[in-house]
Formats: sequence, structure tokens, C-alpha cells
Amino acid sequence: MAQALDEIKIGGLGASRRRVEDNRFIRGKGNYIDDIVLPGMLHMEILRSPLAHARINSIDISKAWDIPGVRLVLTGEMMASRNLAWMPTLSYDTQAVLATDKVRFQGQEVACVIADDPYIAKDACEAIVVDYEPLPAIVSPQQAVAEGAPLIRDDKENQHDNVVYDWEVGDKEGTDRAFAAADVISELELHYPRSHPSPLECCGSIADFNRATSKLTVYMTTQAPHIIRAAVALVAELPEQMIRIISPDLGGGFGNKVPVYPGYVMSILASILLERPVKWIEDRTGNLISTGFARDIYLRGEMALRQDGKILGVRMRTDADHGAFFSDAQPSKFKIGLMHSAFSCYDIPAAHLTARGTYTNKAPGGVAYRCSFRVTEAMFFQERMVQAAADDLGIDQAEFRRINFVRDDDFPHRTPFGFLTDSGQYGKCLDVGLEAVGYQDFLRQKEEAKREGRLLGIGISTMTEPLGAGNSREYDILGIKMFDSAELRVHMTGKALLRTGAKTQGQGHETTWAQIVAHELGIPAEDVTVEEGDTDTAPFGMGTYASRSTPVAGAAVAMVSRKVRAKARKLAAHLLEVSEDDIEWELGRFYVRSAPDRGVTIQECAMAAYSNMPDGMEPGLENNAYYDPPNLTWPFACYIATVEVDPETGVWDVLNVVAVDDCGVRINPMIVEGQIMGGLTEAYAMSSMQFITFDADGNCVGSNYMDYLLPTAWETPGFELHEVVTPCPHHPIGAKGIGECATVGGPAAFVNAVMDALRDTGARNIDMPLLPDRVYEALTERHDVSGAPPVRSDDG
Amino acid sequence: MLAGGQSLIPLLKLRFASPELLVDINNIPDLDYVVVDPDGAIRVGALCRHADLERSTLLTATQPTMAAAAPLIADPLVRNRGTLVGSLCHADPQGDWASVVTALGGHVVAQGPEGRRTIPVSEFVTGPFDTALATEEMVVEAVIPAPKGAPAGGYLKLERRVGDFATVGVAVAVEVAATKITRAGIALTGVGGATIEAVDAAQALVGEPLTADRIEHAGELAAQAAQPRTDHRGSAAFKRHIVRTFVVRLLDRVVDSREMAA
Amino acid sequence: MTSLFEEITSEPTDDVPVRRITLTVNGERRAADVEPRLLLAHLLRQGFRLTGTHTGCDTTNCGACTVLFDGSAVKSCTMLAVQADGHEITTVEGLGTASELHAIQEGFKDAHGLQCGFCTPGMMLAAKALLDENPDPSEDEIRWALSGNLCRCTGYQNIVKSVLWAAEKLRGGAEG
Repeated sequence: MAQALDEIKIGGLGASRRRVEDNRFIRGKGNYIDDIVLPGMLHMEILRSPLAHARINSIDISKAWDIPGVRLVLTGEMMASRNLAWMPTLSYDTQAVLATDKVRFQGQEVACVIADDPYIAKDACEAIVVDYEPLPAIVSPQQAVAEGAPLIRDDKENQHDNVVYDWEVGDKEGTDRAFAAADVISELELHYPRSHPSPLECCGSIADFNRATSKLTVYMTTQAPHIIRAAVALVAELPEQMIRIISPDLGGGFGNKVPVYPGYVMSILASILLERPVKWIEDRTGNLISTGFARDIYLRGEMALRQDGKILGVRMRTDADHGAFFSDAQPSKFKIGLMHSAFSCYDIPAAHLTARGTYTNKAPGGVAYRCSFRVTEAMFFQERMVQAAADDLGIDQAEFRRINFVRDDDFPHRTPFGFLTDSGQYGKCLDVGLEAVGYQDFLRQKEEAKREGRLLGIGISTMTEPLGAGNSREYDILGIKMFDSAELRVHMTGKALLRTGAKTQGQGHETTWAQIVAHELGIPAEDVTVEEGDTDTAPFGMGTYASRSTPVAGAAVAMVSRKVRAKARKLAAHLLEVSEDDIEWELGRFYVRSAPDRGVTIQECAMAAYSNMPDGMEPGLENNAYYDPPNLTWPFACYIATVEVDPETGVWDVLNVVAVDDCGVRINPMIVEGQIMGGLTEAYAMSSMQFITFDADGNCVGSNYMDYLLPTAWETPGFELHEVVTPCPHHPIGAKGIGECATVGGPAAFVNAVMDALRDTGARNIDMPLLPDRVYEALTERHDVSGAPPVRSDDG
Repeated sequence: MLAGGQSLIPLLKLRFASPELLVDINNIPDLDYVVVDPDGAIRVGALCRHADLERSTLLTATQPTMAAAAPLIADPLVRNRGTLVGSLCHADPQGDWASVVTALGGHVVAQGPEGRRTIPVSEFVTGPFDTALATEEMVVEAVIPAPKGAPAGGYLKLERRVGDFATVGVAVAVEVAATKITRAGIALTGVGGATIEAVDAAQALVGEPLTADRIEHAGELAAQAAQPRTDHRGSAAFKRHIVRTFVVRLLDRVVDSREMAA
Repeated sequence: MTSLFEEITSEPTDDVPVRRITLTVNGERRAADVEPRLLLAHLLRQGFRLTGTHTGCDTTNCGACTVLFDGSAVKSCTMLAVQADGHEITTVEGLGTASELHAIQEGFKDAHGLQCGFCTPGMMLAAKALLDENPDPSEDEIRWALSGNLCRCTGYQNIVKSVLWAAEKLRGGAEG
């Protein structure tokens, strides 16, 4: 009897296969955008506005032209003459490429210089003289809608105020009834401060227009190359098939590399004008001050509660600060993304959400940074409200969650906002987490410590979140449906080439997609090469963000493998001279049911596809699949953090972090754990130190790494990870996706822990970041600390 | 003048400074020392890196305030290049070494065409990023005077993460003989336009044993000497409170360490 | 001059200073004419096409540009190329050989110490400097030594594991 293949040994599902991409990264042979050099390439630098809101009276570029080595200087006026001063955004708004009439945020692009080297380009930028006339700046949604607020988007014909949208979802009447029947109403107001994905590699592009072939090739840091191709075709009015977008190795993305940035457009125009490749690599300041930020949203919530702990209804109100242009990449139907996925893990009869977005004099954005389309905000809000409600009722944190969890046998479950969750073992995940952290013991320790004047705290965060956007009935970006794709070609020697419409930025697709093929076809993963990112070769996809790749592109990989296997079955039947009905499959091999020793390997089928086809069969062994997911997937997580707060300084140390993740079937456990730890670190960062804020004039604090604080290995705690597996019922391999879960659910665990340590002070909330001075203030003044840290004041 | 360059080169890159001439002193031999003289004075050469001070077992044994501060300067990579003398000359109002050397009553030795001269650190910094050095002068070493009693003390820095500037930094340097404090220096980082020498607080400790009351009092005086601003690192009140807290903690440690030694 | 010619692309100006420097990079002697304001990181990347050293910030915070300068881990974005004259630089390309990876490289791969790979060269060189000085570091000592190198992807835990893996192998212990 032929030995069956060992799926783990060939790198199939569940194998902690070491990563293919590592081979080049550990040698320093990655191919990141700034590593790419094209013959004749020039360098572009951008001049940015120092003011947040100002009229531009004049721009004098004459001295810039005087510097030897300068090839081109572009201003908004010059772009406008080519209809390129403004471009459409992914949210049906417009965004300035180079400012013409006004600057609308500090750091906005005002001019650019293309020169022989980046140093000269920067020299020339310094020589450009701009005459600004300052205008009052708006730095919050509250200011934006206040009486007499200056109009930021006076460029838009039908815009008479600073409101971008008013939106609502849910059942207002039902929710009002629930509140009328409530025993207790719990309230909470939060600000989720502005943050920034800040991958370690900044954004950039190399535009290369070839006049002889009319082809435009753009190397670009993009998580969604096909969306970019469509956008460039639209904006530059070039034929789509003459545009090639190549996304090379990306040094992180986290949503920062989804939007179309003005720098890309400028580099494209410059290349067309100069007929030479033009490279633009932004610096860190440009990245932090102008590219897609995340969060910056005010949340107000109320929870209607019954005395026994049941949640009867939830009301949510969000005010989102969108910056100067509405440029979010998010499903077009939902103005505030999937904010209304909040509370999906709890069985709540009624809920209502109202949302407003406003323009402010800050960089555009809002949807980014592993947010799953505003789900980070939703789940933070949810778990902070849940903690407050449990406290208001006097019920234990874990118990309160248990009372309200959707039960294992309640699936499929329709949430009050209309989502359909389909699977989960919420109670079990909570049990595993509480056991791992030693919940009862910790509560005892907490009491003992209090007697010694020490403050310990424990914080729980549980959530299920919607991943894998999304089904074509409801999800689209700019009208393009959010499916994804895979194309598999098996060569005659049984090796394979797989291309997908996703784009990895560190998630390990080159390693994990091959594992799915290995699972479906029995071809060893190391025999499958994975390519992504080149729109000339990759099948159309919507890219990688919002943790959508495993649920959607991964599903496409499974489906295309099955299509190939179906053809291979026919070839096997031909080779074994039996009918297809007599053929059975085991990993890597077809065999005759009645004579199992008679079989052919998948590799033999591949060879036959080129050399021994049955009559009437097309040669070759390849196919593609476009996958329109039937529903979102719903991973669940329980994160628990324990902390100690120093009552004299407000400094808090993390004692333990326990993470229980149920993301369905894990393709590569090692990589899944890596994603979780990365997300927990971002959660820790946001809760403790990471933020961007502005003073009253719109000056940005947090536009460089001295002010925008990323934790180092020294501050970052260690993590204890646990696993529960509830397969996704509709995903071909039962996987749910994991990339953003810890970033989504993590922050509340840390904040809940610190607030738990401060329980006796009566303070219910400290807005992130929980810097020592803010914790100290809550401790000693015994009140909430709200809003972002103030930039400066003259007191003291 | 370019020694470590860890403060200067960032300024050049951001184009906040554009000197016409940059003099690189890194190849001058025999300036990378940290030595203890026979009388106990500590001399730090112009090219002695923060990392050398961090690794120096000499310092751990003889100069606890400096030994405590060295690992807290910037981050490990910056410490491999940056120098203590360079830090003093850069005169960043939020520099840590300035507080340490001030608390220790140290001075710098400047050398120029006219020869050498000694400048006490408290007179050396004349404003943000400005020193008393003449154009043709260079600091060749920093000197911590010989202690008469047993040195004790430390440096505490409230920073949001490694590499951050101090929200508040406190240097406490005392000398102990029998059970009394014979010399004291307290200097503060990040709570004023420059290093603040908490003279009254230090003076209040001299000639007396370290009792809990004395320690509290010194903390209070130091907090009063601070001139912090409210900003995104914290309110002025908070920063004063941290000054007080750190002074007390450092002095408590002095008490504990002496008891342990006894 | 590249073997046959060097194009003059603009009028030579007297006032652009140029210095000739000689240095050793990954054991190989190299020489270049540079402007004094050229950063060491850019000499390595754009000059010598050793693009394994990366730049990630403009304020000397992130450490992606870390190289070894006479064996000491430094941020190459905060040094001028002219300062390397007469000195030895090791970049990530000099960590292993053509046929054999350094234990640190193996450790990072085995323990999943990288995701996007951008911080990795700098992280590995800082780790090498640590292990050269301290062959048996504790987890705390590793975290302390790497606190000048930022990572956005991994959460550092696997980086620590990678360095422990490498330390054990270098000490002659069993792998992993």
C-alpha cells in the first residue's frame, strides 16, 4: 500500500512552515521600493505647507530652477492646467494633489521638485518661496460644526458646512423602548485619539512612462495594486491596459499603503513630462503628517441594562474627524465603516447608531491601522462600555460577559445591526483566558496588594469582528465589488506557480498560500511559488487590508486548487484506464477504489496534461478562481491584561498578557501567532504612548518619531497565546483570518486593566494614551481624563 | 564640531543647522578616556562615548549618579557614538548629562589658542544650544571634582519610552561622612528652559543626617525650584510632583544603601 | 569612471566639495568620491548598492539603518560617509557568506523573528554586536540591547527568541 503523504511534512494546513520570503530578507536582499533603480532615474521631493489653513497668495519657484541638477518644478497651478490639481478619492470626494487656492492641513503638498538626486531636490524645495495668508484652523469635529466656523472645503460647489456625512443604522424605536424598560442606564464618552499606522517603510513610487510604447509602469508601495491601476486610468486618463502597477516588497502596510497619495500622481505626471523614471520616496515626517491616519473619533454610548445583567439595548453616537478630504478606503455603503459591528458577540435585542463625519484642518484619512474598517473603534468602544456597565451593575466583569454572550447553539445569529454571525465558542475562549491568567487568584492578589498600598488591575476584552469584506451584495469600493482571485498553473514536472489579487506586506502569503495548495493538491508547498503585486500578471483583486486576504483570496486559492484537482482527476482516470467514478483521492494521489495500490500522483497527472491527454481534453493544468464570499467571517478573541500602577507616578507596568484567539482553521500556526503578537503590541502602543495631536493653530504634534512614540523591545510586554478552533462554516478551508484581531481587541484589555486598578478612585475613564500624568491625574483628582493630551498651555 | 554627532547630525538632516564648516574631531587620539585621578576626581575625555560610561565598572564603583544616568541616555545605538562632553556642548535644555554634572559640581576644560581654561558647568551653558565657548575653543574633558566623603546618589528619568527626552529627570549627588551629608547637589532635567540646579534643596541636606523629614523637605524645595510647563508630557503640577517624588526616592535609596553597607 | 566613461551631466561647479574616502565594507576595501554631507546610509545604499541597510525615519529613532562600525552597532543615517574613511563597516550583506548563513540569520528565520523584513537587517546587526560582547544574554539583556531598533510587525517576542536561538547555536549548543 503506497504511503499516504504527511500533510504537515509537505507543508499543508497546520504546518508551521518556515517562511519563503525570509530567505531574501535575512540576506538584506529584499526588493523594497527605495532599493529599485531604473536607468536615468530622477528623484522627487515634496514641499509641504507649514500652516494648517491658509490662502496661497503666490508661489515663487524661480530660485529652485537656478539650482544645478533640477529638472522640473511643479506647482498646483501647473497641475491645474492639466486638470490634475485635484483627484478623486476612494470615498467619492476629491483631494488636492498640489494646493492651488488654499492649504487645508499642515503638511499638505504645495510644490514638488524633480532633480538628479534627492539632496538637490531638497535643496531646491528650500529655495521655493510661498506667500501664505493664515486662516483660522479647525482642529476638532466640535469646532467644525460650531457657529461661525470657517468653511474648509470652499472648493466644493455644494458644500456649505464642514459636515461630510450624517448616517444612521439600527432600530431607533426598538432601542428607545429598550431604554424605557431599563433598570439601569450606563453611559460612557470616549475619544479614540488619532494614531497612524506608520509602517517602518514609508510610502513611495517610481513612475516610468515609456513614450515609445505608451506604457506607464509604476512601482508603488500599495496594498491594492489593481485598485491603483483603475484609479490611475481614471485620473491620468490613460488606457487601463497600458498601465502596469508593480507593488514590490513592502516594509509593512497596516492600511497606510491603500490610499492614492498625491506624491504618486506627481511622480506619474513628472515621468510623462520628462520621459524618464521619477522616484518619490517620502520621509517619515511626510508619512506621519500627510498620509492616511487612523481613528480620531469621539464616541458616546449608552447601554440599557436589566438588574440581572442582561443588556437590553445600546445607543451609539460617533463623531469622526476626517481631516481635510474624505479619502477613506472602505465599503462605500457604510460611511463609518463597520462601526455597527460593535456588540456582535453579545445577544442584544435592539441597537441604534448615529454617525457624523466632519472636515478639519488635518491630514485626510480615518480608516487605517489594522482597523478592519473602523472595527478597532467599534470593539474598543464596546469593551469599554461593557466594563463600565458591569461596574455600574456591580457584576463581575467575566460574569457580565458570560450572561450576554451569544451562545454556541444560537448560531447563525442576526445582530441588531443586521450582521449575521455564524460560529463561535465565546464562553470557552473566555474560560481558557481566565484559567490561563489565574483570574480568581489575581482578584485575591489585587485585594492583598491594596492593603499594602499597591494598585493591581485586570482588564478583559472579548469580541467577534467581521473580516473578509465582502459579499458583492453589500460591499464595494467605488462601485468595484470586493471579491478576490487566484490563478494556479501546474507545470509538467508537477511544480506550480500561484498568483493572487492580494498583496502581502509581511503577512507571509508566499508561504501560506502555498500551504493551501499543498492541502488541496498534495503538491509540497516548497514546489509552489507564489507571486503577488504585478497587475500585468496577477488576477484582479482588491488587495490586502482589513484582514480580508485569508477569508477571500485564501478561499480563491482553495477554489482554484479544487478546479485543478477536478481536471487532474480526469487525467488520472485516463492514466489508470478507469472511469472517473472509480477514482478516489488522498493527499497527492488518485487511486482506483477497488484496487488502491493502483494510483497516480498529482505530479504524474501534471505530466500527462502536457504529454498524454485524453481525446478532446484541452492540454495544460491550470485555472483561475474569483471568489465572492457569501458572508463575512467572524473570528473571536479574548484578551486579558494584568497591570500594576505606581500610585506615586502614574506609571503602569504590564504583568501579564493572555490572548485566546479563535480564528478558525490556522493555515500556519507560527505565522498566526506572529500576527497576534504584532497586533497586541500595537494595542499596547495605542493604550500607553502612541498618539498624534494638534494645537489650536493646527500644528501637528506627532509628525516624527520623537513625538509619535512606538514602543521598543524594552517597554513591550511578553504575550501568552492560546488557541480555540471553531471552523468557519462557509470558508472552503474553515479559516477566518487573524491579521487585525489583536489590534482590534487589544487596547481595551490594557485600558480596562488600568481603570480596574483605579477602581476605588471613582474615575471611569481615561482616554488613550494612558500616559503617566493622565493616570496620576485620575488617581489623585478622582475624575475622568478626557480628550487628547493638550499641546501647550501657559499655566504652571 | 563633530564628535558623536548624534545630536548635531539630526539637526543637519532636518536642515535646522547649516554650518559652512564642520570639524570632525573623531580621529584625535587619546581623548576617549574615563579615568579616576589619585585624588578621586573623575575625568571624561571629549571622545568618551556614553556606552563607555555605561560599561565602566569604575563608574559603578565610584560615581553612582553618573553610573545611573549613563544607561538612560537615548538608546544603545546612539550611546555607541554620542559623548558626554558633546552632550554638554550641544546644550540641549533637555540634556541629561548637564543635570548630572551640575549636581556633581563638575566643570569642563576648554582648550583654545590661548591655552586651557576651566568653566564650571553651571556657568557653561548660557542658553538653549548656547555655551560660553569661544569660536576657536573646544572642550577637551569634563571633570567631576574629587569627593571628600563617600559618593552616593543616582539619576531617575521619567520617560515614556527608551530614547524619549525626559518628561522629568532628577540627578541627586551627595557625599556622606559618618552619618551626615557633607555635600549635596540636586539638578533637574526637563522642567525649565535649561537644567535647573535646586540649590536650596541641596543645601537643606548638608551637615545633617538623612531623616525622613529632611528628605521630604528637600523634595519640596526641589519641586519649588522647578519651572515646568504644561504640555503633552504632563501638567506643570504633575512635573513638580515627579521632581518631589524622585528626589525622595533617590534619597531614600541613599539611606537604604548606607544601612545595607553598615 | 566606470570602465569606459563618466558622463558629465551638468557644468562642474567649483563650490561643490568632494572628498575621497577609503573604507572596508564587509571585508572588502572600497573607495569613493563623496560630498561631505552625504550620509553613510546613503553611501551604502545608493553608492555601493548595498540596499540591505534601510532608512525608516528622519530623527535617528528607528534603527533600521543600523550597521557595525568597527564592530560597534551605530545608526548609519546619523553618520556622514566621510566619517567612515579608514574604518570597517559591516552591513547585513556581510553577515553570512555566499554558502552559509550566520547563526543570527538562521535564528530569525527559525523563530519567525521577521514579518515585513524592513527592520530585520538593523535588528540582526544590533543582535550581533550584543552577542559579540555577551554570548549568553538574558531576555532582558536582549530587549535592552535592541531598544534602539523599532519593529512594527512582530511585537519583539519572536525577535528575542531568534537571538536566544542564535546565542545557543554560537555557543555550540543544539539547534533550536
